[in-house]
Amino acid sequence: MEEFDGEPTVTVRGPRTWIPGVNSQKKQMCFDWGPGEMLVCETSFNKKEKSEMVAGCPFIHIIRKDIDVYSKILRKLFNESHGIFVGLQRIEEELTGKSRKAQLVRVSKNYRSVIRACMEEMHQFAVADKDSAIGRQFSSQVSILSAVELIWNLCEILFIEVAPAGPLLLYLLDWVRLHVCEVDSLSADVLGSENPSKHESFWNLVTTLVLQGRLDEARQMLSKEADSNPTSAGMCRVLGDLMRTMPILSPGNTQTLTELELRWQHWHEECERHLQDGTFASNPHLESLCKVLLGDDAALLEHKELLSNWYHFLVTRLLYSQPTVKPMDLHLYAQSSLDLFLGGESSPEPLDNILMAAFEFDIHQVIKECSIALSNWWFVAHLTDLLDHCKLLQSHNLYFGSNMREFLLLEYASGLFAHHSLWQLGVDYCDHCPELGRVSLELHIERIPLTTEQKALKVLRVCEQRQMTEQVRSICKVLAMKAVRNNRLGSALSWSIRAKDAAFATLVSDRFLRDYCERGCFSDLDLIDNLGPAMMLSDRLTFLGKYREFHRLYGEKCFVDAASLLLSLMTSQIAPRSFWMTLLTDALPLLEQKQVIFSAEQTYELLRCLEDLTSGRPLCGEPDAQQLQDDDIETTKVEILRLALARNLARSIIKEGSLEGS
Amino acid sequence: MVLQHKDWHAFALVQSRLDEEGRRIFFAIGAGLFVPALPTEENWLSAATVPHKKISKTRWRPLPPGSLQTAETFATGSWDNEENYVSMWSIGDFGNLDSDGGFEGDHQLLCSIKHHGDVMDLQFLDQERIVAASSTGCVTIFLHHPNNQTLSASQQWTAAHYHTGPGSPSCSNAPCTGVVCNNPEIVTVGEDGRINLFRADHKEAVRTIDNADSSTLHAVTFLRTPEILTVNSIGQLKIWDFRQQRNEPTQILSLTGDRVPLHCVDRHPNQQHVVATGGQDGMLSIWDVRQGTMPVSLLKAHEAEMWEVHFHPSNPDHLFTCSEDGSLWHWDASTDGPEKSSLFHQGGRNSTFLSHTISNQANVHQSLISSWLSTDPAKDRIEITSLLPNRTLSVNSLDVLGPCLVCGTDAEAIYVTRQLFS
Repeated sequence: MEEFDGEPTVTVRGPRTWIPGVNSQKKQMCFDWGPGEMLVCETSFNKKEKSEMVAGCPFIHIIRKDIDVYSKILRKLFNESHGIFVGLQRIEEELTGKSRKAQLVRVSKNYRSVIRACMEEMHQFAVADKDSAIGRQFSSQVSILSAVELIWNLCEILFIEVAPAGPLLLYLLDWVRLHVCEVDSLSADVLGSENPSKHESFWNLVTTLVLQGRLDEARQMLSKEADSNPTSAGMCRVLGDLMRTMPILSPGNTQTLTELELRWQHWHEECERHLQDGTFASNPHLESLCKVLLGDDAALLEHKELLSNWYHFLVTRLLYSQPTVKPMDLHLYAQSSLDLFLGGESSPEPLDNILMAAFEFDIHQVIKECSIALSNWWFVAHLTDLLDHCKLLQSHNLYFGSNMREFLLLEYASGLFAHHSLWQLGVDYCDHCPELGRVSLELHIERIPLTTEQKALKVLRVCEQRQMTEQVRSICKVLAMKAVRNNRLGSALSWSIRAKDAAFATLVSDRFLRDYCERGCFSDLDLIDNLGPAMMLSDRLTFLGKYREFHRLYGEKCFVDAASLLLSLMTSQIAPRSFWMTLLTDALPLLEQKQVIFSAEQTYELLRCLEDLTSGRPLCGEPDAQQLQDDDIETTKVEILRLALARNLARSIIKEGSLEGS
Repeated sequence: MVLQHKDWHAFALVQSRLDEEGRRIFFAIGAGLFVPALPTEENWLSAATVPHKKISKTRWRPLPPGSLQTAETFATGSWDNEENYVSMWSIGDFGNLDSDGGFEGDHQLLCSIKHHGDVMDLQFLDQERIVAASSTGCVTIFLHHPNNQTLSASQQWTAAHYHTGPGSPSCSNAPCTGVVCNNPEIVTVGEDGRINLFRADHKEAVRTIDNADSSTLHAVTFLRTPEILTVNSIGQLKIWDFRQQRNEPTQILSLTGDRVPLHCVDRHPNQQHVVATGGQDGMLSIWDVRQGTMPVSLLKAHEAEMWEVHFHPSNPDHLFTCSEDGSLWHWDASTDGPEKSSLFHQGGRNSTFLSHTISNQANVHQSLISSWLSTDPAKDRIEITSLLPNRTLSVNSLDVLGPCLVCGTDAEAIYVTRQLFS
């Protein structure tokens, strides 16, 4: 993956792929772009059996660009999110304000629920296949998906929900509770035991509940402690009261932020007083909880294990020291929380950087870091699109492509097109890229392998719906060629008619006529008899249709109509010259009928045609034996024709004369 | 005609949904609940490695004659994957409605078997055997063993459809596009324009008509026992009689002019001369094969290819169609409203026909003339209901049996309802 911001750079960052069997002795590593988003590298592996016979033909290693597209479980993610994506594009532009925001939030939640569903399914597979390499692969994917969901959720709160001071913290609390969920199993474990307050993890549980701001549950736990330990019952009650009286913003409440701040200040002072008075001095657990309630950094960091990560630390810290934190101040607290939590022992990881960028409200940095860290385009493409619908990305231009949303969507779509089965999803992504989507679709759609006509019809439908005439023609031509190769002339003609491809229709018609000349009968009558207006596509096709009509008329003994049709085929120049002799030969039986069919005038026309044909024949230099024989037959034919025409002329003159006379 | 749209919130992630009235339930199988009944290694592998694929065909397993059960097992076929599968599914017992009236989706994959090539068509021969048509030109009978829930190939005709052109040998297989079964007879048609008649107990084809059609044959159905009807890609219906030795159709019917390809065909279950076809332009055509060579009526329907059309087997005033445009429609031509349809229950054809005649003593004659052939638009209102909420990708296949409907889509989801007429 490349840098896609600022000036183009030469340095390559991002995930590295290890290629087995690369010959490092060679000065150069050869690689090339193969079809469908893959990079092909030469390796030093040789075919084992035939290594001596086939020299210089090493195995190649194929690197796929977007490997996650090939994950079988992630297909669910791609299919489901495609539906959500299409739905999102249909959200009416005129919707403004609250209703629009509500819809966008719902869309965002739908995306997240799909991620969660995939995570759960993958988790099941990982558990079922725990010890194998596949199982481990699944669990690593689960952790990636879980990180993706974590980032998405934070972006939803900060960029889409745009929570103001006050509610912001409530959202962040939910965010932490959703992603640090070990506490639920711990809680079930402790409450399930015989004597919960004597459970070894009892205080860990209470502390975690307090750290996550789940104060009601924490109070219930404390009451259990009070029941079993009368000496600390009083202290527990005091601490429980403190927890109960902590002012929090509830969604239905109408109190203003200033009121809240005031009440919160009073409550904070009360906690402070209890700590100063040594109310909890005799019980270190309770005292430490009280310090947590005061939002004391040192006290919080003592529970580093329970907090498990810096963003949990950040949210807890805010809850007990800055409950009305403003969105704009968030990054200050985030940075200091990160520094305090890591304590200079370790450096931040990619996930930390991404979350930090989000807290700084730097959307582009978030997308950039995600593009570098993740092995698929799914996440950045969908998130960017959603944020674009929130009108957050307008000002940003790239030095390539059209804009970031389109660039990422098209990258993702190319991955889908490279997949043997997911190409149908890619189409809709291209459709919603106004600038380069169409071009991209045109290039991709022609490269889809057409295994059956049914698949071809689906691809054609995509093209026809978008008036992509050039691609329709090319696909039909491919199918027509295939049909010709398979000797399915009827099919070939149908395809060329559908593509309105006159040249190919002429070619197929010629094949039909040649077959007729060889076999003396027509094949595929069901098609040729029903050409209808499609016959006008090419002259040769018209001729084929009309010539077949002549045969039908002749078969039905409508000799007069048949004769005039035959003549008109030659006089109107529809029939190719090479075919005139056949047509004239066809006239023979009509000339030999008992009654006169060709009138005198028609006979003159026929004679003229015959003369045209014989006089226009080029002379050959050195005729060989075969040609001489052919010429012999030809000469005989012409003589028979002349004789028949002369006799018919005589009969017709007599007939016409006597008719006029009578 | 009235086009209603029920705004169902069916969403493939969630397994059960009900509409606003809380009546009809579609549950979508997001293809995620693939736990085989018996985790034998073979089952497990197929379930674990290929859970997600585009569905090309869905078919209910037929019920034993005289049975009062409702359908509960169906088969699906996949297409356009590197590996394709024929799978059997169960939607569980009828009657475990939960408190909300919804079904807990205890549908599950019973078993799958790898299928070489795309599954182009799928038909049950009897309750245990299912015939699959492949894009490789191969026709296979799969045997379903209900005891240990496995599928096995019991008989195969490789290269039942093939091209004889000068093309390279690897391309010489022609996709088999359609199958129809009337135990023990199996008729297949293909892109090669060939018609094959097989018998389940014969190794070789009993009868083959080469070059039966100059274009691609898309579908086939039985008309009367020795007669079949095929539709092709230039808008023609052809009737073939296997009693005749000549390899010519006994009758050709066609759409005039436009030569719009026909993709599917179904025959009226009681009136064997009434036939419905669906075309590339999404039009529904009703034909009376006894008279004329043109359709009796042409009904503007879907916006893209109609992939399947089915008369309801026991309630043929109802018709179902699905299309490339992602829609699934229910056509109701019963003239006197919903009280009539309430008389129809799941069950055999005979009981239905009985209730049909009893309920319409006064106009027995009218009900015998199919409501589909009536040409008076004012009198016969056809009510159309769109059955799927948000259309995205193609609905490739559907099947109806009693009150149950199953359909499969290119979005890799299967939708099932068990309350069509509630």
